[in-house]
Amino acid sequence: MSYLFNTDDDRKAMLQAIGAESIEELFRSIPAETQLSRPLNLPAAMGELELQQHVQALASQNQNVVDYCCFLGGGAYDHFVPAVVDEIASRGEFYTSYTPYQPEVAQGNLQAMFEYQTMICQLTGLDVSNASLYDGGSAAVEAVLMAISVTRRSKVVTCDTVHPHYRQILATYLQSLDAELVVLPATDGVVSLEQLQACVDDTTACVLIQSPNFLGSLEDVAAIAELVHQHKGLLVTVFDPIGTGILARPGDQGADIAVAEGQTLGTPLLFGGPYLGIMACREGLVRRLPGRIAGQTVDRKGRRCWVLTLQTREQHIRREKATSNICTNQGLFALRATIFLSTLGPQGLADTARLCLRKAHYAARRLTDGDRFSLAFEAPTFKEFVVRDRENRVGELLQTALEQKIFAGIPLGTWYPDLADCFLVAVTEKRTRDEIDRWANCLQTGTAAPLPAKNGSTTVSNPPASQHA
Amino acid sequence: MRNQQATQLVFELSRVGRRGTRLPDCDVPSDEPIESLIPADQLATEPPPLPEVTEADVVRHFTNLSTLNMSVDTHFYPLGSCTMKYNPKRNERLAGLAGLAQIHPLQPDETIQGVLEILYAVQEMLAEISGLPAVSLQPAAGAHGELTALLVAAAYFRERGEKRSVVLIPDSAHGTNPASAQMAGFRAVSIKSTAKGFVDMADLDAKLDEQTAVLMITNPNTLGCYEQQIEDIARRVHKKGGLVYLDGANMNAILGIARPGDFGADMMHFNPHKTFSGPHGGGGPGAGPICVAAPLCDYLPCPALVRDGDDEQARYRLNYDRPHSIGRVRSFFGNVGVLLRTYFYIRSYGADGLRRVSEDAVLNANYLLSKVRHFLPVPQGDRCMHEFVASAEPLKKQKGLKQPAMDLGKRLLDFGFHAPTVYFPLTVHDAMMIEPTETESRETLDAFAEALFRVIEEPAETLSDAPLTTHISRPDEVQAARKPVVRWTPD
Amino acid sequence: MNPETLLYAESHEWLHAEDDAVGKVATIGISAFAIEELADIVFINLPDVGTEVNAGQEFGEIESVKAVSDLYAPVSGEIIEVNSSLPDNLETLNQSAYVEGWMIKIRMRDESELAKLMDFAAYQKQCEQ
Repeated sequence: MSYLFNTDDDRKAMLQAIGAESIEELFRSIPAETQLSRPLNLPAAMGELELQQHVQALASQNQNVVDYCCFLGGGAYDHFVPAVVDEIASRGEFYTSYTPYQPEVAQGNLQAMFEYQTMICQLTGLDVSNASLYDGGSAAVEAVLMAISVTRRSKVVTCDTVHPHYRQILATYLQSLDAELVVLPATDGVVSLEQLQACVDDTTACVLIQSPNFLGSLEDVAAIAELVHQHKGLLVTVFDPIGTGILARPGDQGADIAVAEGQTLGTPLLFGGPYLGIMACREGLVRRLPGRIAGQTVDRKGRRCWVLTLQTREQHIRREKATSNICTNQGLFALRATIFLSTLGPQGLADTARLCLRKAHYAARRLTDGDRFSLAFEAPTFKEFVVRDRENRVGELLQTALEQKIFAGIPLGTWYPDLADCFLVAVTEKRTRDEIDRWANCLQTGTAAPLPAKNGSTTVSNPPASQHA
Repeated sequence: MRNQQATQLVFELSRVGRRGTRLPDCDVPSDEPIESLIPADQLATEPPPLPEVTEADVVRHFTNLSTLNMSVDTHFYPLGSCTMKYNPKRNERLAGLAGLAQIHPLQPDETIQGVLEILYAVQEMLAEISGLPAVSLQPAAGAHGELTALLVAAAYFRERGEKRSVVLIPDSAHGTNPASAQMAGFRAVSIKSTAKGFVDMADLDAKLDEQTAVLMITNPNTLGCYEQQIEDIARRVHKKGGLVYLDGANMNAILGIARPGDFGADMMHFNPHKTFSGPHGGGGPGAGPICVAAPLCDYLPCPALVRDGDDEQARYRLNYDRPHSIGRVRSFFGNVGVLLRTYFYIRSYGADGLRRVSEDAVLNANYLLSKVRHFLPVPQGDRCMHEFVASAEPLKKQKGLKQPAMDLGKRLLDFGFHAPTVYFPLTVHDAMMIEPTETESRETLDAFAEALFRVIEEPAETLSDAPLTTHISRPDEVQAARKPVVRWTPD
Repeated sequence: MNPETLLYAESHEWLHAEDDAVGKVATIGISAFAIEELADIVFINLPDVGTEVNAGQEFGEIESVKAVSDLYAPVSGEIIEVNSSLPDNLETLNQSAYVEGWMIKIRMRDESELAKLMDFAAYQKQCEQ
C-alpha cells in the first residue's frame, strides 16, 4: 500500500529494537478472545486508477448543478466560486495542518482566522466573531443555548419561517434540557408581530428569526429587536452573508447574536457539507461565545502575532462547564470564506447581491406573467421566493423540469402542509437570463427550448485536482 | 528571507478602488430603483467595509501565510490523540468530481443515487469495523457524535420509563465527554484512573448505580493503553442497566483487530478525520458518525439512509418516517465530503490493508517508545498501542524549568518537528503525548528521537527561549486573554 | 489587612469579619498563595450585589490563560458590596491581595460558620503540603 513505509526488513529491525518477537505480541494486551479472529468483511482493496474509475462511475449517477440548471436554495446556494479560492485552499500547508496549538508554527492559520473574524464582524455589524462552527443550523442552536446561558431564562421563541432543519435541530438539542420552545406560525410568509408580542415575556431568553427567511421574505428585524429588548431578551438572527452586499446588517438592525450558513462564501454545494457555521455577537457576550477564537498579541520581541485566546470558555479546560462541547471549527471553510470575501471586496459583494436581487425579481415576474403561477406572499424578497401553482401539481411540474435538466425548485409540502401547492425558488448571480427564460417557459408549458451548449461546461465537469471541498 | 508582506493583514493591503474579481453586467431589466423592491429601511447605506485588493494580492498574501504553517505535507506531526496521518491526494481529487461536489442537498433522491450508494456503503463499512450494526452519518464532528449518542441514550431510557441522570467519565477522558454529557442534560461524574490510565474499579463500583445512564470510555485510552478490564467494566455497567459509550478517537490502533461492539460498547463515534485520513483543515472540518447496538437503532437521528431492493436493482432513499428518532442534529446530511474520503480510504486499503494500518501504527509507536524511554520516563511502561505518554517532569528539578513539556515541544519546532500534545492527559505530570501514525518511516522516527534526545540535553535557557528559528517567538498569551483583540479595526 | 489575623477556607479564600450596626459583615478575597499558584490571572467574574449565597457555594470565577477556578463563599448571607474595579485592574491582586484585592462583602446569616474556617497557622500548614 502506497501510504505505508515499513518494509518486511523494517518490521523485523523495529521489532528487534522493541524487544518483541512479533507484531502479534504488540497486541497482546488485547485479550485473545476479544480479538477478531477473521478478516473484516470489506470490499477488496483498489489501486488509484481502479478507484478513480469506480468513483467516477458512481459520481456520474448523480445529476449535478454543472450539467443541470439549478434554482434550488433552501439554505444551500449555487453561487460563483472564483478560482483563487480553490487554488489557495488546496495548498497542503493549509489543509493538512491542524488546530493551531503551537502558534509559532501556525501563524498562517491564526492570522487567517483573525482576518475571518474581522470580516464576519464587517458583514454582521457586530463586535465579535468566533472562528466558525459546523454549519448554519448548529450555529443557530449554539446561539440559542448561549442566550439561555446569558439570560438565565428558559423560554425560546421562534417562528416557522426559520429553516425547518434549524428548528428541528433546535428541538433535538432542547429535548433533554430544561427549556421551553415556542414555534409561532407565519402570517403571510413572515413573523406576526402581534403573535410575537403576545408570546414574548420576561421569561424569554431569546427570539430566533431568519431574514431573509426560509420562504425568502425579509422580516421586520428592527421591530422584532425592539420588542425582544423591551423584555430584556436577546435577538438571534439568521442572515444571508451574500445579502449583506445590499441589505441592512443584522447588527445594525438590533440583533444581539447573528448566525449564518457560510457555504455561500466560496464553498460548492457538496451535497450539504462540510459547510461553515458563522456566529458573531455583541462585545458583552464574548465570554459565553462557543468555539475557537483567535486573538492578537505580541511575541517576546514585540512583534505582532496571533494565538488562540479565551480558551477557558472551551471544553478542554472547563469540561462540563464549557460554553459548548464543540471542539473543531471549520477551519478550511472559514479560510475559503476569507479568500472569497477578500477577492470580492465590498464592490464585488454588492454587485453579487444586486445581481441576485435583480435576477430573482425578473424570474418571479417572468413566471407569474401567466395565469397558472402566483407569488405566495407579498413581503419583500431578496434572492428566493415562493411560487404557488394554482393547478396544485407541484410534484409533476418539478419532475417535468427535471427531465429538461432543470432543478426548478423545492416543494414545500413536507415542511408546510398548507403550502403543498407551492415551491421555493432561488436565483443566484450565476443564472443567466437565457436560463431563467428557459426555466419559466418549461414550467409554463411543460417544455423547454433546447439546451444551449454551456460555455466551458467541458472544463468544469473535469475540475482540477485541487478541489478541496 | 522573511517577506514582511505576509504578516500584514489583508485589510492593511487594501486600497480604495482595487478589485479582485468582476461580476458580469446585469442581463435582466434593472431600471426599477432598488427601493421599489426592498424597503429603504432594510437596505444598507453601503456594503460591508471588506478589504479592496486585487486577485494577485490575494494569492500572494494567502500563499505567504500558508508558508508560516507546519502541516502533515511538510513536517512530521506527532500530535498525540490527533492521528496526523498522511492525507492521500487521490481522495482530494475524487471528492472534487462535479458528480460529488456539485450536487445540491435538496435534489430529489433519484438524482443522487451515486452519492447515496457511497454513503450507504460507508454505513456498512463502519458497522463492520465497529461491530455495531446501526449507523448515523449525520454528526459533524466527534464531539457532535458524543452528544448525538447521549441524546439517543436519553431517548432510549425515556421510552423505557427509566430516569437516569448520570454519565460516568474517567478523569483521563477528552474534555468533550463531560461537556457533551452536560449538553445532553446529564450530570457528568468523574471516575478515577490508575497510573496507567486504567479505570479504578473500586471507584467505578462506588459510583455505578441505577442512576447511571452511560459510561463513556476511550479505548485504547488516552495514554495509548488497551483497557484490559473493558469487558468486565461493560458487564458491570450493563448489570446496572446502563449503556457503554466508546469514544472512538483512538480507533487507529485496533482496525480489524478488535471491535468495540465485541468488547462491550453499545454506542461509539468514529473520527474519520483521524482514523480515515480526512485532512484536518487547520482545525476542521471533521465528521462524527456514530454506530449503535440494535436496540438503539430506532432512536438514531432523522433522516436515515436506507436501501430498497437487492444489489442490482437497489435504490437508496432518505427515510424521514422514524417516530422514535431523537430528530435531526445537523442540517442536510452531515459532513458528506469527509465521509466520501472515508470511503475512498477504506476502498484503497481493504480489510488486510486496514489491519496493516493499525499494525504499523502500533509498531511505529512502540519503536519510538523503545527509544524515548531511554531518556524520558514513560509511566505506562515499555509497551503501548498507537501512542504513548512520556513525562518531562524530571526536567523540572534537573533544569529548573517550570513547564518542561512545553519547553521541549517548543524546542522541537526548531528541529523541524511539530510538538507532541503536551499537558494532556491531566493524569500524567508534564505529559508529552506522542503519536507517530503509520505513515511515517523508520528514518523519520529515528530523526525525531535523536532530536528529542539532543533537546533534553540543552541548557535551560535555550529551552525556555525556544523556539529560536520560527517566524515568531513565543506569543504573550496573557496579554491576549486579558485584553482580547479579536478583530482588526482601522487606526 | 494583616494576613495573619484573617480566617481562611480550604479553597483559599480569606475572610475578615467586622461588626456594623446591623450585624456581622465578612470581607472576602483570595490568598496571596492562591494568586501565586494561578500565575497570570486574566479574568475575574464577580456576582451582583444582592445575590444570596450559602457557605461553600460558588460566587464567581477566576481565570488564568489555561485554567479556571471557582470562587467559593466561605460563609452564608447576602452580598452587599462588590469590588467592581477589580476586573479591570487585575494587577491589584498581585500587588495587594489582602487590601485592595478584596472581592465581595457578605452580610452574614450565621456567625457560627466562622468557627469552621482556619486561622493563619492552619492555612499555612495546608499550603505547605
